Amino acid sequence: MSLNLILHTLPEVPLEAALLRPDTITGMNESAIAGIKVMHGNQPACVGDFFKVTGKANGEMHLEGDLARIKHLGANMTSGQMIIHGNAGVHLGTGMSGGEIIVDGDAADWVGPEMSGGRIIVKGSAGHLVGSAYRGSTKGMLGGEIIIHGNVKNETGHAMRNGLIIVGGNSGDFTGVNMLAGTIVVLGEMGIRSGAGMKRGTIVSMHQAEMLPTFSYSCLYHPTYLGMLLQHVAKTGLKISNQHLQGQYQRWCGDSVEFNRGEILIYQE
Amino acid sequence: MKIKTTEIVDTFAEAFKMWGSRIIITAETRQWALAAAQSMTGFATSVIGCKCEAGIERELSVDETPDQRPGISVLLFAMDMEGLGKRLVERVGQCVMTCPTTACFNGLESEHTVMVGGQLRYFGDGHQLSKNLDGQRLWRIPVMDGEFLVSESFGVQPAVGGGNILILGKDLGTTLKAANAATKAMHAIAGVILPFPDGVVRSGSKVGSKYKTLIASTNDAYCPTLRGVTEQSAVVADANCVLEIVIDGLDVNAVESAMRVGLHAAVKPGIKQITAGNYGGNLGQFKIYLKNLVD
Repeated sequence: MSLNLILHTLPEVPLEAALLRPDTITGMNESAIAGIKVMHGNQPACVGDFFKVTGKANGEMHLEGDLARIKHLGANMTSGQMIIHGNAGVHLGTGMSGGEIIVDGDAADWVGPEMSGGRIIVKGSAGHLVGSAYRGSTKGMLGGEIIIHGNVKNETGHAMRNGLIIVGGNSGDFTGVNMLAGTIVVLGEMGIRSGAGMKRGTIVSMHQAEMLPTFSYSCLYHPTYLGMLLQHVAKTGLKISNQHLQGQYQRWCGDSVEFNRGEILIYQE
Repeated sequence: MKIKTTEIVDTFAEAFKMWGSRIIITAETRQWALAAAQSMTGFATSVIGCKCEAGIERELSVDETPDQRPGISVLLFAMDMEGLGKRLVERVGQCVMTCPTTACFNGLESEHTVMVGGQLRYFGDGHQLSKNLDGQRLWRIPVMDGEFLVSESFGVQPAVGGGNILILGKDLGTTLKAANAATKAMHAIAGVILPFPDGVVRSGSKVGSKYKTLIASTNDAYCPTLRGVTEQSAVVADANCVLEIVIDGLDVNAVESAMRVGLHAAVKPGIKQITAGNYGGNLGQFKIYLKNLVD
């Protein structure tokens, strides 16, 4: 039997719950988990003040309720599985290096910032700065995978250094801004200024996008690697058509204000 | 020992420790995958003169390849891990990367790896891109038809080279037919290749020569034309042709399985004897006894 935390009291202000992660609470009993300290705004509180805790901490953890005001869930997680039946708050999976977080709802801003491994799956939409670097930091996501089934807002993959971000819906502006490496796949439409300041890395879009003037068109082709990548995407439950698997893609190189070694691949409809 | 009318000599094939690798070559069509595989496995019959031994293991359907394109599985063997790495870089670089539409993937999971794509990437002159996918690093090297995709490293493992059978027949036609039947049966075994042309070698060799600079020379004991002059001819009465099949495999069980099915397939009317080549057991690390393959 896995561990279940059911939200019984909605926090009035954001609840800092960085200690709620499956890897560090394994083996703890219900009362010990209920006694884990959290910050309710600037006031100390316990997990039990907000959650009813049942079951056994065996590496798999279920959280139920609208957790939109609960921050830092799964932060620095190294292993195990956290399944959120509802919405998740900001800074989900911050700096995680292993394990899996599944959100059966929407997630707020800052999903998986500076994570280095593991996987985050959001079945709804997510906010700004998915897989990004924190302000002042030079590197964003360092590895792992973030899969958002719905839409995302601005600055997805900001300064990401490695890893894979898949967006099933649309992305906002500045997708892959200042990207250093890694891959972002957007199955819907991208906003403006995608890849601005990118040094290396790959952004894939299944729809035409407005390109910055600092990107230059190279050719129309079918990258073998992209076929493999899209097969990988299809395994995550997102729908990839045969046209996308076998189609031709425009290759744009940029950003020429930087190394000019990045690429944006756009499906030729 | 006999199977039907063919004598099976109570001897053993002496096989050697080698290092092996499996290379998956894919392309837009079977034609191009095969072209690259044939190029890569050309001039790779014997380590004596080619520094490696290689052959096509089997064709792969689109469901079996990493990029879901038609593919060919190639096995390549060399005497040591370092040499194998060098041969892979040379042959993937010169024979696969050069062939239109191809990609090249590691086909062997092993604790030992050698850098291949990680070396070939420099051909990209700084324009190469690396990607991690499903736990493996791939290199995308820009080429004139698009990109050459290659695994950064390839798994290598201790392997077995030099499994063999010798088929002694009453004439050339009968012996060729038996050798063909044997190679066809052996090709069905996974994890082995037959490195010689269409799997058959007529110029079996012995160690050494009367000429000091040669490390190997014709196996006069099995040359029918020398039966009257060589002191220890092994060509039995009524045999006028000898053909050898050499088998390299990723492990000794695969080599033994191939020898077993090949031996049985080669038994035909007119095949006088089937035997195996060895060096008295003094050189190779593996002895594969024919008597264990008869049942």
